Amino acid sequence: MGGTFGILFSAALVSNVILAKFLGLCSFLGVSKSFKNSFGMSAAVTFVMMLATAASYGIYYAFLVPTHLEYLKTLVFILAIATLVQLVEMFMRKNTPALHKAMGVYLPLITTNCAILGVALLNVTLNYDFIDSMVNALGTSLGYTVAILLFSCIRERMDETQLPPCLRVLPIALITASCMSIALMGLGGIH
Amino acid sequence: MLHELTKGIIKENPLFVQLLGTCPALATTSSFANAIGMGAAFTFVLLGSNIVISAIRKFVPDQVHIPCYIVVIASFVTILEMIMNAYVPALYAALGVFVPLIVVNCIVLGRAEAFCHDHGIVDSILDAIGMGIGYTIALASIAFVREILGSGKILGFTLMPASFTPILIFILPAGAFITMGFVFAFVNHMRAKGEAK
Repeated sequence: MGGTFGILFSAALVSNVILAKFLGLCSFLGVSKSFKNSFGMSAAVTFVMMLATAASYGIYYAFLVPTHLEYLKTLVFILAIATLVQLVEMFMRKNTPALHKAMGVYLPLITTNCAILGVALLNVTLNYDFIDSMVNALGTSLGYTVAILLFSCIRERMDETQLPPCLRVLPIALITASCMSIALMGLGGIH
Repeated sequence: MLHELTKGIIKENPLFVQLLGTCPALATTSSFANAIGMGAAFTFVLLGSNIVISAIRKFVPDQVHIPCYIVVIASFVTILEMIMNAYVPALYAALGVFVPLIVVNCIVLGRAEAFCHDHGIVDSILDAIGMGIGYTIALASIAFVREILGSGKILGFTLMPASFTPILIFILPAGAFITMGFVFAFVNHMRAKGEAK
C-alpha cells in the first residue's frame, strides 16, 4: 500500500494510538466504563484532533519555521491546543447547545489528552505535508474511536462478573487491553 | 518536613496509588535503562516547575493560573529537550515523543494544582523529589519485569539461565499492558493485606 492510504490504515489499526503507541490512556481508562460516555469522548477527540492538527500545522510552517523557532514547538502547540479547546467550548455553548450538552464535559479534559499533542508533534517530526497530517489525524482518531468503543462494551460486561478483589476495575482493564493489543499485532505485516 | 519527601515514594505514589501518568509508564518501560532515563527526565521537569510555581503563586491571578502553570511546565520541558538532545541523544531518540509529552503528564500539573498552589518553596522541592523518586521506582519495577522476561537481561547483564527462552511479547505493547495489569493487581493485593492488619 504505502502513500496516503497507508498512513490512514497504519494510524487507525496497525499502530493504533492507544494499543500500540500508548497515547491518550488516561481518558481511555477513565471514560471507558460506559459505552455512552466513550462515544461522546471519541467524538470530541476526533473533532479537536482535526482542528488541532490543522492549527498546529499552520502555526509551525507560517511562524516557527520562518523565524527559526522550531524548538519552541512544544510550548506553542500546547498553548494553541488549550486556546482552541476553550474557544470551541465557548462557541458550542452559545451556538449549538445540544452538541455542547453531549460533548461539553469532555472538552476541558482533552487539553491534557496526550494523543492530541502527540499527533501534532509527530506530524511535524515526520515532515508530513498538510494532506498527510490531516489523514494521520483522521486515522488516529478512528483508531481511538474503535479501541475505546470496543473496550467499553467489554468493560460493561465485565462489571457483572465475579473477579478476585485485587483484579477489579483497573488491573483487569489493563489485561483486557493487552489481549486487544495482541489481536491488532496480527495486522502488523500489512503497511 | 520529612513527610513531604517520603509520602511520594509509597503512600501517595503517583503511579501505583494516584494512577496518574500511565502513558509513559507503558511506553518507556520496554527497557530498564529507558525507564530510569524517563524517571530522571520527569523528576527534572517536576522539580523545576514546582520551584517556579511555588515562587510565583502569589503574583498569578487566580483566573489564569492554569495557563500560566502550563507555560512554566512547557518551558522546563523545552529546556529538558535541548539538554537531552545535546548530552544523551541516544536516550532522547529512544524516548521519542514522550519527552515533549511530559507537558501533558497529569502528575506535573496535578502537583502544581494540589500542592504548590498553597505550599512554600522548600516543601515543594521536597515534594518534587519524593514524587520523582516514587515515579522512577514505579517505572523501573515495571521495566524490570518486562525486560527480564522479554530478553533475559538487565542493562546488558544476562540474569536468566541459558535454557530460558526470552518471551518476546513482554517487550512489545501487549506485554506492557499485561505487566502493568499484574503489577497493579499485586499492589492492590498488598494494600488490602496491609489494611486488613
